Amino acid sequence: MSPDGLAARPEVVREPVAAGALGVAEAPLSAWERTTNIGAVRKVALLVMLALIWEGYARWLNNPLLVPTFSATVEAFFHGIRSGELVGKALTSLRVLLIGYALGIVCATALTVVAILSRTGTDLLELLTSMFNPLPAIALLPLALIWFGLGYGSIVFVIIHSVLWAVALNTHSGFRSVSPTLRMVGRNYGLSGLRYVAAILIPAAFPSILTGLKIGWAFAWRTLIAAELVFGVSSGAGGLGWYIYENKNQLDIPNVFAGLFTVIVIGLIVENAIFRWIETRTVRKWGMQA
Amino acid sequence: MTGDAATAPFLDVRGVTLQYKTPARLVTATYRVDFDVRAGERFVVLGPSGCGKSTLLKAIGGYLAPVEGEIRLKGQRIGKPGPDRMMVFQEFDQLLPWRTVLENVTFPLLASGRLAGPAADARAREYICKVHLDEFADSYPHMLSGGMKQRVAIARAMAMEPDILLMDEPFAALDALTRRRMQDELLALWEGTNLTMVFVTHSIAEAIRIGTRILLLTPHPGQVRAELNSLDGAADAHAVAALEGRIHAMLFSDRADASALT
Repeated sequence: MSPDGLAARPEVVREPVAAGALGVAEAPLSAWERTTNIGAVRKVALLVMLALIWEGYARWLNNPLLVPTFSATVEAFFHGIRSGELVGKALTSLRVLLIGYALGIVCATALTVVAILSRTGTDLLELLTSMFNPLPAIALLPLALIWFGLGYGSIVFVIIHSVLWAVALNTHSGFRSVSPTLRMVGRNYGLSGLRYVAAILIPAAFPSILTGLKIGWAFAWRTLIAAELVFGVSSGAGGLGWYIYENKNQLDIPNVFAGLFTVIVIGLIVENAIFRWIETRTVRKWGMQA
Repeated sequence: MTGDAATAPFLDVRGVTLQYKTPARLVTATYRVDFDVRAGERFVVLGPSGCGKSTLLKAIGGYLAPVEGEIRLKGQRIGKPGPDRMMVFQEFDQLLPWRTVLENVTFPLLASGRLAGPAADARAREYICKVHLDEFADSYPHMLSGGMKQRVAIARAMAMEPDILLMDEPFAALDALTRRRMQDELLALWEGTNLTMVFVTHSIAEAIRIGTRILLLTPHPGQVRAELNSLDGAADAHAVAALEGRIHAMLFSDRADASALT
């Protein structure tokens, strides 16, 4: 320690070492690390594990009437696909589903735009959502049957009901959480009305909108399958729910599981392919979601 | 430009009282503020927190109507926000995250119908070059640092070639070194354009560096304390220190507490 304190300390000036002269500054990851970094690989591994647990439990239980094995279910599934029956049922269901889903989104969009542009609209949306969101869509089915008869109309109606409130609620809360700075930027450009909604609010609220769309999709499926369990879409030409119901009546349990399996597979594809595709091209690319 | 047009008030603020409501109370942000800005001036509004300087800028932007008095730009009363008064905000989130740097700069040009297609693109690239971000034209905002985002915001506002540029403490959220560099860059950019600018800050040093004319506001509610001429870039350190001392004394003549101002 120098008695002179701070003044006696010498200055130090160094030259940085060139990056090339360092040892390892950057190295590629190992093959194992690179493989396990792929989300799809990890998820497939989990799926395989779940299937193995299922297979093991079913074999140990040894009661195909209660729980058929995974292999029996897959066999029934491929048999259903080869005979075309399962594909036909799935397509029938999907068609009704998409019609209901699309109409639900259109209604939700209209309601939310009205809500964002006026205070009365906001009140209306909040009131309607709190009234109808807790109401199970399937509870409206008896009424729908009276109004629209036994067929597409009733099922589409209950699907719209199940999609509309979830999507509207999420979209609206997304709009409300758009940062005040972005709002002011939009108005600074002279945007107003629908142009303002389309150019600023919708992209800024896109993470919430996407969540709403996912929830709406899941609700639509549940409602559809539940409604189909009550009756086929139209006499005889039912969808997946009807397929499950029919096979249960015939005690063909592997086919029941194959029907459920189809619902799960479609769900997996939609979530991990379609919604993921939208996500990587929008909110992830924009840095709004990790 | 004739001498007459150059000295006529470009932005005229007369007896402006601004109030806003919080859920609990009605707050008066500024009280009967008068000033005018000439074309080509860099007009700095300086004051401590709570003097209503940002609220005043928002009123010029058209986001807020005065309860008393009026604001005129080129003789026209200001009613609502518009692309003739481009704002640069303090927040880094003012860029649209779903558009690249280039798209962020072209968007207001297209949205306001000022330019279209290749012309908008060319204009945007020109200004992106001016703020030295040509390499990042296709990056998304979340990939940029805070200083770069503010440069994009400045490029976006300047590319519109607005009547007046409104800057709300654009460098306040930056670190001191970056802030210093951004001030130099802003002055260099301004050299070529002769834009009229209203710049809000709470830093005396920044006000003297940036401004050609400085308006001092006192807090709670904001009232005009003085309107001073600033020094040009060539002024020596003594003159700057003297002006700093003078401004400081004016803002704190009635209080010993100087810590609110940096």
